[in-house]
Amino acid sequence: MKEPVVACEGLRVRLGGVDVLRGLTLSVFEGDFIGIVGPNGGGKTTLLRCILGLLRPTEGTIRVFGDPPGASFGRVGYVPQRLFFDRDFPIDVEGLVLMGRLSRKRLLQRYGRDDRRKVDMALETTGLGPIRRRQVGALSGGELQRALIARALVGDPELLLLDEPTASVDPDMKTSIYDLLEGLRGRMTIMLVSHDTGAISRRVTRVACLNCTLDMHEEGSSLPHGTLDDLYRYPVDAIRHNQPVPPARTGD
Amino acid sequence: MVHEILSYEFMRNALLAALLSSVACGIIGSYVVVRRIGFISGGIAHTAFGGIGLGYWLGVNPLLGVIPVSLLAALGIGLLGKKAKVSEDTAIGTFWAAGMAVGVIFIGLTPGYAPNLFSYLFGNILTVPSFDLWMIFLLDAVIVATAFLFQKELLAISFDEEYASVSGVPSTAFYLLLLSLIALTVVVMVRVVGIVMVIALLTVPAAIARRFSRSLPAMMALATVLSLLFSVIGLWLSYLFNLASGATIILVAAAAFLLVQLAGFTRGSAAER
Repeated sequence: MKEPVVACEGLRVRLGGVDVLRGLTLSVFEGDFIGIVGPNGGGKTTLLRCILGLLRPTEGTIRVFGDPPGASFGRVGYVPQRLFFDRDFPIDVEGLVLMGRLSRKRLLQRYGRDDRRKVDMALETTGLGPIRRRQVGALSGGELQRALIARALVGDPELLLLDEPTASVDPDMKTSIYDLLEGLRGRMTIMLVSHDTGAISRRVTRVACLNCTLDMHEEGSSLPHGTLDDLYRYPVDAIRHNQPVPPARTGD
Repeated sequence: MVHEILSYEFMRNALLAALLSSVACGIIGSYVVVRRIGFISGGIAHTAFGGIGLGYWLGVNPLLGVIPVSLLAALGIGLLGKKAKVSEDTAIGTFWAAGMAVGVIFIGLTPGYAPNLFSYLFGNILTVPSFDLWMIFLLDAVIVATAFLFQKELLAISFDEEYASVSGVPSTAFYLLLLSLIALTVVVMVRVVGIVMVIALLTVPAAIARRFSRSLPAMMALATVLSLLFSVIGLWLSYLFNLASGATIILVAAAAFLLVQLAGFTRGSAAER
């Protein structure tokens, strides 16, 4: 059997005296596009932070590319939910994306022509070429998210972790960000945390429902109508969006 | 008149000190401003007074006492804020007051009168001895070289510390390195504006420069030029009107800051932003 890209076993994370994750066992394989859904506080971000090595689990083990979390940083790309940065920070889109090459550089090694070429490619992929010289503080929510995705892509990750990349983005931009991710499917392993259960169910290969414990659903590339509602044990639209989940299409 | 001024050795030393301290304060001050660690820097500077007292008590050049004490303050405040369950401003406040207290005690223990104490507190750029100038030059070289060698890591932890960690950068270590560079910058600037007012020259030129810069290196260059400008104008005004040089430099910087803010304010309201 193939070695999983991410292997979590018996994961338990206790934060502030509360179990945020419990008994979580999850294997992610090469080429997977996993959607992680679940209510707020269900532990989605916590799981990503554990995989990134930013948070140490209370119990259980995590292996990322067979190593402890944080050890294979050059192979993992990360798109945070929101970037808390100073809007006045003097840096342009190009400079922000270039920082994504940091994981490929040693100490004292300077950014070179190769890094600039990768930046050009990532800007092209994310459609940011025309605004590459714009200050990061002047970007819209959608542009900033694309820039963060570009920053993650520029390091040539084999595993891409995205934490609600569409949380602060208007509907039009959401679709284009999902289209962008769909284009990446197959090129790398993707774990996507999202509230957009409708959008997710149509695009991912597997859905993980996280509410402290995990329910994994891998019936192929689509979910039968109503699956998400069943998993949540209450109507999915009550979680965040005041709109019903569109029926999941089958066979695409 | 310029020729007349430059014919004095103390004036040449003063201008050299202004130039050297401006380089350190333009580079490190930019990090202080974008990383928003002005209060930490103030804490390090004031704690450094303990080092001045230590220097007097040991009978060595007080600047030599400032180097270890300010480095200790940088590491102490940084580690307490990062690792212990202490809020950062509490750690800063404690170090700030304790450092000053240690300085006062040591000066009290030192027999006789503490010469030039006032100049360490409030700066006196006109009395920088050659030995101090050499020390400032050396520290300046260390600061510039370190900032240059680790610029991509320092940029990364200043902009987005979590992402830096995820990228494999030991971000706490680099944060402590940055605080240590601030500590050395404090030593460089003590002679110019004194430990009480270091914080203004560390933040004001960089804060003004940020408004007009599109990248961190550009901000550093502009902040260096502004810092030099304020120092030289302050020095010239203090010479003309026989005022305390450190205080005059600070007031020039503060006046420029206010002017730039006011100009930005009127322009901003005109554009109805």
